[in-house]
Amino acid sequence: MLGRTLQEVSAALKQGQITPVELCQKCLSLIKKTKFLNAYITISEEVALKQAEESEKRYKKGHSLGALDGIPVAVKDNFSTSGIETTCASNMLKGYVPPYNATVVQRLLDQGAVLMGKTNLDEFAMGSGSTDGVFGPVKNPWSYSKQYREKRKQKPHGENEDSNWLITGGSSGGSAAAVSAFTCFAALGSDTGGSTRNPAAHCGIVGFKPSYGLVSRHGLIPLVNSMDVPGILTRCVDDAATVLGVLAGHDPKDSTTIQDPGKPFMLSSLTDVSKLCIGIPKEYLVPELSSEVRSFWSKAANLFESEGAKVIEVSLPHTSYSIVCYHVLCTSEVASNMARFDGLEYGHRCDIDVSTEAMYAATRREGFNDVVRGRILAGNFFLLKENYANYFIKAQKVRRLIANDFVNVFNSGVDVLLTPTTLSEAVPYLEFIKEDNRTRSAQDDIFTQAVNMAGLPAVKILLLLSQNPMPRNQNNSTLY
Amino acid sequence: MAAPMLRGCCLGRCWALACIDSGSRHGRGAATGFTSSGKRGQSFVAQQPLLTAQKSRKGEHKWAAVVGLEIHAQIASNSKLFSGSQVHFAAPPNSLVSFFDASLPGTLPVLNRRCVEAAVMTGLALNCHINKKSLFDRKHYFYADLPAGYQITQQRLPIAVNGSLAYSVCVGKKWRQVITKTVRIKQIQLEQDSGKSLHDELRSQTLIDLNRAGVGLLEVVLEPDMSCGEEAATAVRELQLILQALGTSQANMAEGQLRVDANISVHHPGEPLGVRTEVKNLNSARFLARAIDYEIQRQINELENGCEILNETRSFDYKLGCTVPMRDKEGKQDYRFMPEPNLPPLLLYDTASLPAGADPQQVINIDRIREQLPELPSETREKLIQQYGILPEHSFALLNEVGLLEFFQNVIKETRAEPKKVTSWVLNIFLGFLKQRNLAVNESPVTPSVLAELLNLLDRKVISSAAAKQVFEELWRSKGKTPSQIVSERKLELMQDEEALERVCHAVMEGHPQVVMDMKRGNPRAINKLIGLVRKVTHNRADPTVIKEILEKQLSS
Repeated sequence: MLGRTLQEVSAALKQGQITPVELCQKCLSLIKKTKFLNAYITISEEVALKQAEESEKRYKKGHSLGALDGIPVAVKDNFSTSGIETTCASNMLKGYVPPYNATVVQRLLDQGAVLMGKTNLDEFAMGSGSTDGVFGPVKNPWSYSKQYREKRKQKPHGENEDSNWLITGGSSGGSAAAVSAFTCFAALGSDTGGSTRNPAAHCGIVGFKPSYGLVSRHGLIPLVNSMDVPGILTRCVDDAATVLGVLAGHDPKDSTTIQDPGKPFMLSSLTDVSKLCIGIPKEYLVPELSSEVRSFWSKAANLFESEGAKVIEVSLPHTSYSIVCYHVLCTSEVASNMARFDGLEYGHRCDIDVSTEAMYAATRREGFNDVVRGRILAGNFFLLKENYANYFIKAQKVRRLIANDFVNVFNSGVDVLLTPTTLSEAVPYLEFIKEDNRTRSAQDDIFTQAVNMAGLPAVKILLLLSQNPMPRNQNNSTLY
Repeated sequence: MAAPMLRGCCLGRCWALACIDSGSRHGRGAATGFTSSGKRGQSFVAQQPLLTAQKSRKGEHKWAAVVGLEIHAQIASNSKLFSGSQVHFAAPPNSLVSFFDASLPGTLPVLNRRCVEAAVMTGLALNCHINKKSLFDRKHYFYADLPAGYQITQQRLPIAVNGSLAYSVCVGKKWRQVITKTVRIKQIQLEQDSGKSLHDELRSQTLIDLNRAGVGLLEVVLEPDMSCGEEAATAVRELQLILQALGTSQANMAEGQLRVDANISVHHPGEPLGVRTEVKNLNSARFLARAIDYEIQRQINELENGCEILNETRSFDYKLGCTVPMRDKEGKQDYRFMPEPNLPPLLLYDTASLPAGADPQQVINIDRIREQLPELPSETREKLIQQYGILPEHSFALLNEVGLLEFFQNVIKETRAEPKKVTSWVLNIFLGFLKQRNLAVNESPVTPSVLAELLNLLDRKVISSAAAKQVFEELWRSKGKTPSQIVSERKLELMQDEEALERVCHAVMEGHPQVVMDMKRGNPRAINKLIGLVRKVTHNRADPTVIKEILEKQLSS
């Protein structure tokens, strides 16, 4: 039952093949069994069972709320959940219990979804491995697949079984692992530079980043307000569409959401791709791209072409500036957004009370990890009066150029861009941590992050399983 | 005598018309006063020896002072600028705080329409250009009563720019010449107020009240077109009246709804401007004028002693009457401005640019707000002058006291007395009584209709002017009595019996032969003495003009 898609299990609930409480319990026991994955920071067992019971009553009365009623879901621990601890995997927010629900959480609950828990991430979503949170790294469920273990055994240096596990990617690695390990049917992630699509790629599931402004950010603890979007992680594309249908739409509490009521997201069973024009951005063919990913990329393109789609090479000329530009804009907004964590109103507060300033300094030193502190420092540097024009303003201009690249390509008749999500398949933890967070983030966001600059939607879908046998993936982005 | 309503600005030559503070109705001490030439933008203080340091030699350069202001006015609105929390003065601490006001992570600002309308209306009233597109920015600094670590303001592109504010000062021998001065308005920006910190030095604690955090402010930036404390205070007073007339701010300085920072420098005319200092948090008009004048004098003294002026932030110690450098370096820090990413550009429309089919709830039409502009204080004054023929300075005085204009108009409605008479009574006698007792107009025991009745008695010559003042005093003491009752109880009616009055006059003349002799010798004062004596005998019940007629008749016979 847990292996089914959201749509399938929804049908099963309707037909009474399983009750919401039974489903919830199955998921809870699997969550416990897979605890070693470290996918969840908080398991909201009591709340989940209560919600499942409510759902069960509705099903018995014959008025279920819809496709999500009784469906176990998980939420990344940077979305505010009323009455449930929300930590951002940081000492700063350990023990912080928000008094309100993020709009996206509320919309899921309003549809009867059952909240299983809060999932692990890099501290304040700053990272691409889900390795830099205060609760420890998330392990990729595929590390424990039969195929992967067999493959590792063949290798001579596979001496320590425990250290051979793979990372999930990040920063929404907990949500990706939770969905991938069948502990829930959909999960919320957040996506600022690829944080939903990257772990979806490494965990072999669907990761959807909606257009900026389509889904409310109210209650999402921000990384970069101008790029953050709530992301959706599911095991198939139809499920992502179902969840998007619930989440999308104007929110009076988020002034950057679009007013347009929008249409329901119904996916036609698309078989005819002959009218589709698919762009292959030539700048994405970088030397760092692994040969395996490159070959899958061309296989995917060939597949479309053989089905009658027009596949053309396109140019996004400013792509190479994207990562540096992102670094300036991201750290600047981080410096600003993190200013509120001073230990006064909520969150961690140090014991030092010599002066208010000393209290701030110690609280923030104890509360944030090196990655967060480093970004705050860099961001404040870029925002200094003497640096603002040289860094922030220029980065904004480059961002506009990057966005225009996409506009030009889509105006030229291209419907969809086909790109890889990551440079390579998921790497083992021990290999991943050889590079620092900053380097990793810069490398890993390369294919995903320009889309955030432009506010475009993107979906990471599973195309083929690699020989490895890690999931292989492609990243599609289109204009709505 | 209009002096009680006027306050001296510059010794003997320049009078500000605005009554800034009821506690200080007379010209200030010589140390802070100085001369204004009366011409816009030129006020050369050296004509006043008091303003140059004692050491200065003759023929030395004159000093000119340059004053600019940043004024924060709390917007009168039910809820805060970006959250739904209510706005009330003196509510229990931290009782008006939303999740956003406390900067809970994940909360987002939602712009309050009312605050935008108030900013547009204020901008229009101050002759500003309204920007159809304006932007919000974050201004960062760590302070305990700023929960987010930044304030949302409009640094790059404010909602209104390039306006002007006219205010008037009176000059000339009798201060009858009203001179209108203008100060340019650089910009009006919307921004959040901070919370309040209460420092408990004894326990070395700071307590934070976030009720004020996030309340909408209009920051009005006045260009450095003023040249003394009184000009600044008068301009602020005029702005206060405009905001109150518009209803966009209650602008009560005592409740912190209007707060002023002043930028001050001095230089020699014709030379570049001097280094400026900023005097922060001036919360009363009286202190504003005093602080500015003190600071001008201090800078002149420093410079004449060969010292330098530091570009620094100072505060005014109202107990010592001087400005002192502020301990914290708040004014010096880098605010690391950044666009506020959670608020899209604020777009305004006029009738021509209004998108077809736009939801009126979602758009703001500048032209519609312009149509709703109420009468501004300057227009009200002009009307008073036209309608009642009263003096310009009286029109200022009538507007300066809350409720006084309405009181005046209600008296006018019910009396046949001349408007000038009513003005004199309301401004001198009525207001004088209020000030003595420290009462507001609406606390007066004398209602407009009672005063109107009294003035009618005076107008019909039922009582003398002196008797009317007696009645007025009596009205203040014995609430509920009408003027007519008091007049009959106290027998204050004018003597209508001319024969009896003639007899009194005759008797007085008999009794004072020396005075009569003086009069016959042509001493013009002598008759006044006789009139006074007759009035005394008649207990002020005789009309002086009638007495004079009788005396003159009897003398010549």
